[in-house]
Amino acid sequence: MLLELKDITKSFSGVDGDVEVLRGVSLGLDAGETLALTGESGSGKSTILHISAGLEVPDGGSLHLEGVEINGLGEAERANLRRSEVGIVFQQFNLIPSLTVEANIGFQAALAGRRDKLFESELVEALGLSDQLKQYPESLSGGQQQRVAIARALAVRPKLLLADEPTGNLDESTASAVLTAMLDLVGRTGAALMVVTHSAALAEKMDRRVRLKGGVLL
Amino acid sequence: MAWAQSFGGLGSKAADEFATPQRNFVFDFPTDHGAHPDYRIEWWYLTANLEDPAGVQYGLQWTLFRTAVAPGEEEGWSSPQVWFAHAAVTTTEAHFATERFARGGIGQAGVTVEPFRAWIDEWRLEGPDMNSLSVQAASPDFAFDMDLLATGPLVFHGENGFSQKSAEGQASYYYSQPFYKISGTLNLPEGDILVIGSAWLDREWSSQPLSDDQKGWDWFSLSFEDGEKMMGFQLRQSDGSHYTSATWIDINGETQSYPDGVFMAEPLEEIRVAGRDIPIRWRVRLPDRDLDAEVLALTPKAWMDVSIPYWEGPVGISGSHAGRGYLEMTGYE
Amino acid sequence: MTNTILRALLSYWWRSPLQLFTFLMGLALATGLWSGVQAINSEARASYDAAAATLGEGQFDQLVPRVGDRIPQSVYVDLRRAGWLASPILDVTFKGVRFVGIDPLTTPTQMSFSSGSGFSLEDTDLIFGNAEVASVLEGFVEVTKDKSIPPGIAIADIGVVQRLFKRNDLSRLMVLPEQPIRRPDLVKIAPELVVQPSQQIADVAALTDSFHLNLTAFGFLSFAVGLFIVHSTIGLAFEQRRGMIRTLRSLGVPLSNLLSLIIVEMGLLVFVGAVLGILMGYTIAAMLLPDVAATVEGLYGARVSGTLSLRPEWWLSGIGLAFLGAGMALAVRIWQIMQMPLLSAVQPRAWAIASAKRIRGIAILGMILLGFSGLLALIGTGLGQAFALIGFLLIGSALVLPWLTIKLLDFAPGKGVITSWFWADTRQQMPGLSLALIALLLAVSANIGVSTMVSSFRVTFVSFLDQRLAPELFVRVEEEKTASALEKYLLERELEVLPLLTVERPVVGQPAKLYGVRVGRTYRESWQFLGADPDVWDQVSKGEAVIVNEQLARRNNLWVSDEVDIAPGLNLPIAAVVGDYGNPQGQVVMGELLFRKLYPNAVATSFGIRTTDTADLRKAIQSDLEVPDSGIINQASIKSMSLEVFERTFAVTAALNILTLGVAGFAMLMSLLTLAGMRTPQLAPVWALGLTRTRLGVLELARALGLSLIVFICAVPLGLALAWALLNVVNVEAFGWQLPMFFFPADYAFLGGLAILATLIAAAWPAIQMVRKPPATLLKVFSNER
Repeated sequence: MLLELKDITKSFSGVDGDVEVLRGVSLGLDAGETLALTGESGSGKSTILHISAGLEVPDGGSLHLEGVEINGLGEAERANLRRSEVGIVFQQFNLIPSLTVEANIGFQAALAGRRDKLFESELVEALGLSDQLKQYPESLSGGQQQRVAIARALAVRPKLLLADEPTGNLDESTASAVLTAMLDLVGRTGAALMVVTHSAALAEKMDRRVRLKGGVLL
Repeated sequence: MAWAQSFGGLGSKAADEFATPQRNFVFDFPTDHGAHPDYRIEWWYLTANLEDPAGVQYGLQWTLFRTAVAPGEEEGWSSPQVWFAHAAVTTTEAHFATERFARGGIGQAGVTVEPFRAWIDEWRLEGPDMNSLSVQAASPDFAFDMDLLATGPLVFHGENGFSQKSAEGQASYYYSQPFYKISGTLNLPEGDILVIGSAWLDREWSSQPLSDDQKGWDWFSLSFEDGEKMMGFQLRQSDGSHYTSATWIDINGETQSYPDGVFMAEPLEEIRVAGRDIPIRWRVRLPDRDLDAEVLALTPKAWMDVSIPYWEGPVGISGSHAGRGYLEMTGYE
Repeated sequence: MTNTILRALLSYWWRSPLQLFTFLMGLALATGLWSGVQAINSEARASYDAAAATLGEGQFDQLVPRVGDRIPQSVYVDLRRAGWLASPILDVTFKGVRFVGIDPLTTPTQMSFSSGSGFSLEDTDLIFGNAEVASVLEGFVEVTKDKSIPPGIAIADIGVVQRLFKRNDLSRLMVLPEQPIRRPDLVKIAPELVVQPSQQIADVAALTDSFHLNLTAFGFLSFAVGLFIVHSTIGLAFEQRRGMIRTLRSLGVPLSNLLSLIIVEMGLLVFVGAVLGILMGYTIAAMLLPDVAATVEGLYGARVSGTLSLRPEWWLSGIGLAFLGAGMALAVRIWQIMQMPLLSAVQPRAWAIASAKRIRGIAILGMILLGFSGLLALIGTGLGQAFALIGFLLIGSALVLPWLTIKLLDFAPGKGVITSWFWADTRQQMPGLSLALIALLLAVSANIGVSTMVSSFRVTFVSFLDQRLAPELFVRVEEEKTASALEKYLLERELEVLPLLTVERPVVGQPAKLYGVRVGRTYRESWQFLGADPDVWDQVSKGEAVIVNEQLARRNNLWVSDEVDIAPGLNLPIAAVVGDYGNPQGQVVMGELLFRKLYPNAVATSFGIRTTDTADLRKAIQSDLEVPDSGIINQASIKSMSLEVFERTFAVTAALNILTLGVAGFAMLMSLLTLAGMRTPQLAPVWALGLTRTRLGVLELARALGLSLIVFICAVPLGLALAWALLNVVNVEAFGWQLPMFFFPADYAFLGGLAILATLIAAAWPAIQMVRKPPATLLKVFSNER
C-alpha cells in the first residue's frame, strides 16, 4: 500500500476549547489508485489531506507512506519526503508570484534535484500552457494558474498527488477542462491521487470515494 | 639594558657605517670614560645597594644612555645622537622610577671626561675623576643626592673588555667599577633618608649587542660578604637555549672570565608584575667557584615603567654564598 | 536546493523593485543619518582636538618672553639643566602657513598626532601638513601629507624649521604638567621669561564640549529612530512574503534551510543598504561640514578641516547599527515563523490582535521607566545618571505611546456608524502602527528638544555677549603711566569709561577673580542675572553687596542673599548671580570704590569704552597716546561675528531637523504599507456595505492625520522634558553651569506642521493604492476564506 492512515485523530484549539476534527480515521491508498474525499465543510477532509502530506502532524494514530512511518519523522525529514514523493495542488493555487510560469512549473523538481525539461514540456503541452511560459502568475486566469500548479506538482513525478478542491475557484467549464487534463496526466505518470472535493461530478471520476462526517469515515 | 632591543633597532643588523667592537682593543682613559658617537649604543650604568641607619635596605639606579641614529656628532639639532636616562629608587615596599630624554648637539645632555661629568637636564654623575663622583636625580615624587668613592680598580669583562654576546660574535666593550662606597640622601614621599652602601658602575658600548634570535637577558651583579664579586648574564634565545657569560672578581679586583655555558641561572619562582610573568627568585651556579646560591628580589615591584619597560632591582643572596646585588631582566612580554 | 530557494527569495525583490528600493532606502536612511551625525561630530572634534593638542596651547602652561617673541636657545638648555621640564617651540609664519618646530623627544606625551605617523628619530627631516598646506608650500619645501595636522599649520622638527628660516632661537616653551621636586624658581634661571597659564584657553574647551553635546544628543536620537526604521522595513518585507514562505514549506523546503537562507538574504541586503547609507551619511556630512567647520572656527578660533575623511569609527558604527537593528527585527520575525503552524502563515491578523493585549503590559513597563526617570530628576547626581534620566525618559515615553494613543482615541468625536467603525478600526491597527508612531514621536520630540536647547543656548549666549562685550572698544596698555593718561584722555572726551580692575585671590578657599566695576548705564542696562535682588547695582556701587558668577555660587551652594567671605574679615551678601559660560573659575564682582579700598595697589591697564564712533576714536587713541594697534580691540565686530556663528549652528541644526523628520516619515510609510497589505480583508466588508474606495482612501489619510496629531501632542511635552534634562541636568553635571531654558512655540508649531506633512506624504501612497484597488481583489476576500 502506498499510503496508509490508521486511527488518525486530530484536534485544534479554538476559542471555546479544543475541537476534535478527526476521531480515528483509517484509510488506505494503493499505488496508481485515485480516491475522492467528500464531506461537508469542517468535516476534516482537508485535514486528512494535510496530514497525508506531512503538513500537519496528527495527535494519534499512524501514517505510513511507502511503508515509512511519517509520524516519527522530524520537520526536515517530512519536508524532504514531501519534496520528492508528494505533489500538492491547493485550492488557491499557491504559486510563487515573483517567478515565471516556467520557473514555477520546474520549482519543486528543482528543489528535489530532479528537473526533467522534456517531461516538463510534455506537461506544458498537455495542459495547454505553451504560450504562458514567460508570463508571471498574476497575469494568468484562475484556470491557467491551477494548470500551472498541477504541472508543478506532477513535474517532480510524485508517487502521490494530493489535491485540495483543485477546481473550487474555477467556473464549471474551466473546472472540467482542468480536471480532465489532470486525470489524464495522473494516469500517464502512474501517480496515486487523493482529491478533496465538494463536486459530485469530480468525485464520480475517481476509482473510489469516501465520505467524511463528524471526523469519521462513513 | 632592555632599551637595547627596542631602541634604535639594536637586535637588527648594525648599519655598516657604525663602528663595531674588535678583539684586542686597548682602552685609553680617561677618554674612554666619555662618549663613543661612532657606536650605536652606550651607557653609564650605576646601581647601588643601600641601607639606612636602622638597617632597612634600599636600591638605587641611575643610568644615562646614548643611542645614535647615525654615527658621528654634529652641532645643534642636526646631531644624530639621542640621550635618555632612567633613575629609580627601590624600597622594600615600593619602586619609584622616572626617565628623561634629550637631543644631542644642544648641550641638554652629554659626557665630558676632564673633569668627568655625565648629565641630562639637572641629573648629573660628576666628579674630578672616576674615583670620586657625586650623583643626583629628581622626579615629581622622589630625588636622590649621593657621593661615591672607589675602593678598587676598574675590571674588564670577557677578553680584556671585549664581551661576546652570542655564538655568532656580537660583542660590546664592557668594563665596570664595582668597588664604590656610596653614601647620601634619598628624598622619598615619606621624607629624607640617609643611606650608605656599595655601588657598581657599568660602562658598555657597542653597535649591535644582541643577535636576531635573542629575546632578552637576565643580568646579575652580585657582591658577596667575603668581598668577592661576580657579574653574570644569560641571553635568552628564541629556541629556548641560553648564551651565558660571567666574570669572577676577587677582593683585589683580579678577574677571571667564564665562557658560554659555565655560568648557569635557573628561574625558581615567577610573579605577575605589570601584566607579565617575571622570575623574582633564581638559582645561580658557577661550579668552578663552588657557587650555588639563591637570588631573591628585595621586592617584585621593581618594574621600570618607562618607554621601554624592564625589571631592575636590588636582590639578596643566600646559599653557598651570601650577599647583595642587582638583577636586571629584559624582554619579558 | 539552496540555489532554487535563494532564487525564489530574491525573485521577490526583482519583481518588486519598488519594495527593494524602499527596503534599501529605509536601511540607508537610518544608517545615513547616524553616520552623518557621527561624521560631523567626530570630524569637528578630531580637527580641533588635533589643533589644540598639536600646538599644546589648550593644555599646557607656556613660558614666553616678557619682551619680544624670541627666546635664545641657551636659555632653554639652562632651564632644562636646572630641572625645568619644558619643550621648545619655534613658530614661523611663511606664505600664510604657520610653521611649528617641535622637539619630539621632549614634547609632553599627551600631545601627539592622532594618525600616529608623527616623527620617528629617522625622519626628523620631514615636514608634515595637510594637502592644502602642501600645495601652498609647493616649490618651497616638500611636505609629507598628514590629515591629522590642523589646517594652516606645518609641523616639523625644530632643527628643520631653524635651518629653513636661518634661525637659532625659540619662540616659546611648553611647560610639562609634572615637574621634578627641588626645581628652582623661574626668576633665578630665566628672569626674562614669564609663565602664561593654560587656564586662559581652557574655557574654550568647555564651550566646545557644550556645542558637541548638541550633536551627540542628535546622534543618540537618530540611532533610536534608525533602529525603529530598520525594524519596520524588515517587518514589511516579511509581512509581504508570508504567502511565499508558506508555499515554499508546503513544497518541501525544510524550515531550517529556509530560515538560514532568509538570514543570508537579509544579510546581503542589509549590507548593501548600510553601505548606501554610509555614502549618504558622508554626503550629508560633507554638505553640512563647511557650516560646522565655520561654526567651530568662528566660535573658538580653532580651525577645522573643511574636508571629510571616511573614518572607520563612524562607518563601522553605521554598519553596526544596520546589522543590530536588522538582527533584532529579524530575530522577532524568525521567532514568529518558527512559532507559526505551517499552514496558517498567511494569517497576519492573528499576530496583530494577539499583540493588542501586550500594548497594555508594555505601557506599564514604560510608566515604570518614566518613574525611574522622574526619580533620577529629583535625586540623581553625576553625568551617568543624567544620561540615564534621558534614556529612561525616551524609552519610557516610547513604550507608553501606543496605549496612550488608544486611550486618546476614546475621546475621538463622532457617533455615526462609519465614524465609530473608523475609530475602532484605528485602535485595532495600533499594534502594527506603534513602531512607526514611536519613531515619529522620537523624531519630533528630539527635534523639539534639540532646537529648544540650541535656541536657548543662542538667546543666552547673545545676552552674555551683550553683557560682556557691551563696550564697543577695548583698550589695553602696558604701563600704569599710560593707563592713567588714557583714562584722563577719555574722560575729558566725556566718554563712559569702564576700567577693568581685577585681582586673583582665593574666595571660599578656591582661586577666584575679583573685579571692581564702575557702575553706570552700561552695567545697569546690559547685565542679566540668573537670580538677583531688585536693586543689585545700587547695592554693589555702595559696596554693600557683590555679584558672583554661577560657578562660584553652585560650587559653594550659595545663592542670592547668602553671604560670601570675599576678603579677610569682610562678609558681604550676594546681590545677584550671573551666568558665566564656559569659565571654570569663580568670579566676584564688586563696586569700584570697595575694590580700590581693598586692593589699593591694583591698577587698571585695560578699559572698556562706550562710543558710537569706533573707527575715529581708535585712530585718535593710537595717534595721541601711541597705543599700538594690537592693544585696541573692536568688540562690536567680535560680537557680530560671534552672532553670525550661531546662525550657522542654527542652519546645521535645522538641516538635521528636516532629515530626522524625513526618516520618521519613512518609518511611517513602511508601517502603513505593511498594514495596507494586511487590511484588505478588513476593508472588504466595509466596502461591500457601501463605502466607496475613494472614501476609504480619504479615511486612511484622515487616520494618518489624526494619529500624527496625537503623536505631536505627546511629543511637545516629551521634547521639552528632554530639553530641560539637557540644559538643567546634563549641562550642569558636565560643565558646572546651567543654561536658562526658553520656549519657542512658533518653532514647535512649524515642526509639528512638518511632522504632519511627513505623515500625510507617507500615508498618501497606501491611500492611493486603496483607491485604485480593483474590486476583484476585495471580492476575493469572500471567496478565499476557509
